[in-house]
Amino acid sequence: MHRDLVIIGGGPAGLAAAIKAREEGIDDILVIERDIELGGILKQCIHNGFGLHIFGEQLTGPEYAQKFIDKLLELGIEYKCDTMVLNITDNKKVTAVNTKDGVIEIQAKAIILSMGCRERPRGALNIPGSRPAGIFTAGTAQRFVNMEGYKIGEKIVILGSGDIGLIMARRLTLEGSQVKMVLEIMPYSSGLKRNIMQCLDDFGIPLLLNHTVVKIHGKERVGGVTIAKVDANRKPIPETFRYVECDTLLLSVGLIPENELSKNAGIVLDKVTGGPRVNESMETSVEGIFACGNVVQVHDLVDNVTKESYLAGLGAAKYIKGTAGNGGREIETYGRNGVRYVVPQKIRLDDMGDEVNLFLRVDNIYKDVYLSVSDGGKTIYKVKKRIVAPGEMESVRLKKDSILNMENDKLFVELIR
Amino acid sequence: MFDVAIIGAGAVGAFVARDLSRYRINVVLIDKELEVSEGTTKANSAIIHAGYDCVPGTLKAKLNVQGNKMFDRICDELDVPFKRIGSLVIALSKEQLDIINELYERGRANGVPGLEVIGRERLKELEPNVNEDATGALYAKTAGIISPYELALACAENAVTNGVTLKLDTEVKDIEIKKGGFIIKTSREDIETRYIVNATGLFADVINRMLKGDEFSINPRKGEYCLFDKNDGHLVNHVLFQVPTPRGKGVLVTPTVHGNLLIGPNSVNVDIKEDVSTTGNGLEYIVNCARKTMNKFSMRDVITSFAGLRASTSGGDFIINVPVQGAVNAAAIDSPGLSSSPAISEMVVQMLKEQGLKLIEKDYYNPVRKRQIRFADMSDSEREKAIEKNPLYGRVICRCETVTEGEIVDAIKRPAGARTVDGVKRRLRAGMGRCQGGFCMPKVVEILSRELGIPYMDIVKDKKGGYLFTGRIKDNYTKGDGDANA
Repeated sequence: MHRDLVIIGGGPAGLAAAIKAREEGIDDILVIERDIELGGILKQCIHNGFGLHIFGEQLTGPEYAQKFIDKLLELGIEYKCDTMVLNITDNKKVTAVNTKDGVIEIQAKAIILSMGCRERPRGALNIPGSRPAGIFTAGTAQRFVNMEGYKIGEKIVILGSGDIGLIMARRLTLEGSQVKMVLEIMPYSSGLKRNIMQCLDDFGIPLLLNHTVVKIHGKERVGGVTIAKVDANRKPIPETFRYVECDTLLLSVGLIPENELSKNAGIVLDKVTGGPRVNESMETSVEGIFACGNVVQVHDLVDNVTKESYLAGLGAAKYIKGTAGNGGREIETYGRNGVRYVVPQKIRLDDMGDEVNLFLRVDNIYKDVYLSVSDGGKTIYKVKKRIVAPGEMESVRLKKDSILNMENDKLFVELIR
Repeated sequence: MFDVAIIGAGAVGAFVARDLSRYRINVVLIDKELEVSEGTTKANSAIIHAGYDCVPGTLKAKLNVQGNKMFDRICDELDVPFKRIGSLVIALSKEQLDIINELYERGRANGVPGLEVIGRERLKELEPNVNEDATGALYAKTAGIISPYELALACAENAVTNGVTLKLDTEVKDIEIKKGGFIIKTSREDIETRYIVNATGLFADVINRMLKGDEFSINPRKGEYCLFDKNDGHLVNHVLFQVPTPRGKGVLVTPTVHGNLLIGPNSVNVDIKEDVSTTGNGLEYIVNCARKTMNKFSMRDVITSFAGLRASTSGGDFIINVPVQGAVNAAAIDSPGLSSSPAISEMVVQMLKEQGLKLIEKDYYNPVRKRQIRFADMSDSEREKAIEKNPLYGRVICRCETVTEGEIVDAIKRPAGARTVDGVKRRLRAGMGRCQGGFCMPKVVEILSRELGIPYMDIVKDKKGGYLFTGRIKDNYTKGDGDANA
């Protein structure tokens, strides 16, 4: 089988990329989705707040996804659900499998990776204790509660204040469970401020910063957890150990871009983001393989996923049509002085439009700082920030003109006090 | 009326069941848990030891060396993954080299074949990542790695196929000794039998007391482990031991038969026979110890940590004896219990025979058990064929380990089939990968519920009482009526 463009993943990233590529004139597109329907994780995100930036209104996850699914259907883009991609190669051969077609091999001209991310499990934290039932990651719990219709516990402790953890605190409360507390090992929450207010404060659920779970108790089902305050090095302080009775421990301790397929294809991954290193068109280190959404970097807002995916769709379309620039000046981006990473990692001046958006995350909470972009010497962008936090992705929009005059081919994004 | 009742469906019990299924007798295998291999068998180092470590003249020495030799044939017959990768006891100092030479002599006395003391250079060749301080090693080529729960499951399956009755979720409460037999009172029913095998691991002393045998006590000793992602499995090529101490064989670093990296265990006496909780100190200890052997692993790659219990006794040797006419204890089977298990089973069968059990071979006994189809191991053309036969092999449920719905259905339907979420995990590795079931667990629950015909609310993780759900969100919501996806 041959296709011009194969998109792996039919969540918000894959859908937006497919739509954009079609609008850019690519007809021969196949979207492959492992779940039985399109929409990705948005299907289980029944809370609202999606789409403020793209649509100017508050949508639920399924509503947001449906807008893109409708568009996909309207454009007649081919998709296969319940289909798992097993392998991709650097010459863009995709091997997938499903119940109807068996093993499918597709030679693509271009591929867009949009496989999303997965949750960090308990093992990654190495929390001591027993291994009873009743330990769920927030996303798994969300699926059980919102899609399957089952209550996962009565008395719940949540570890990690990431957005899904916060949203599940509210959700479980609304379904009659008692969420006793949310613990966060860091001195700040990694979730959005609005979620802390709307999901915890509004329901009187305490958020304990600098706290963690040091032991899980229970033989068959969770019976309780021992929690503790941590010191500046994140080591639990023994005097603060405290037993909290609960039947459920919910983990919201981080997301990891899911790049097993990318690794097989030899795509270079960024050590900090965990996703492929990409250029301004969201192209990875393997020519003709693009990536977008949470497979590249974990986003706070689906709206940003959509924007990033449009770029990937556009980039793939140009690549297929042969209208992508070739060669020309290339600029690498680097984060430093409080900036953990910058995406894209590379900008090709010939291929960027009039401007480029740099996405970045900081490594701590900083107040009253300047976010600066320079070529090492000359500052080409500077903005004052009252507060920046690791939980909120920042972005910088750079005009092409401002980059053109750079002396070096390195662009540093940093915080200046 | 059964001829033989085996209590305890761990590696030893399952082996005895399989060995007895060769004969024209009525055998029942009883376990209190919902699945086979739930006790000491499921959580240990998964090593088939060479046998140099045991004190010469002990049952341990004899049965380990005997047992080790049996694994090639057995794993071939049962289609259980087993790799004879060899082990290295690594000396980190001059003094330790002396102990290694002692171990070598001990191994020779025990009759361990292919032992060799190697120097630093050879060691670096065999294990490029080993710590720089290593001065030499005892190389035992016959040591191997295995999946202990798959081994016990395979034995149980093969036994059931050959006519053994398996009664799970059946806890022995008391045993009445009668003339010419026993009545086993269980949580479910009374089971009458002529002979009894006590293979109850941590609870062997309790059953022995019911059988009025000479008193011994099983003292649980805990061992904690960390299991790493498959990315780290290649870091070592052999089972790497440290020089043993009186408390055990020390912390080892080894690849698993599935390609992960495993480190552990420590050795801590505990009071409670079911206390398999890990501890902060314990995990820290094994990590620090393991780093002395090889320090190239990253704690970021840990996918899970766990603890298992050794069923130890003060005497230090296995207790394989006759507590009362008609019964055999296979007790205090701590390390190297797994390695010895097929030899223990042979010995137990022999002891039953000596007590009058008539063993006449069946003409239909089949020692061969085929491992179920594994999609992950197939070529694309094999996959194509498998999906043609059963489309469910085309639906990947566990994405980390590439396990399909067809395999999960098979695992449930096989003899001694899966009944719990962890049962599916141990048979197929669904949920044992890097996401630890985050994505596939809801689907595994759905398939278990459908295939077993039991409601979601009754699905457990592992043990009775290990329920996953505490209620329904909406009472009129019926899973499977099509509205789930509406």
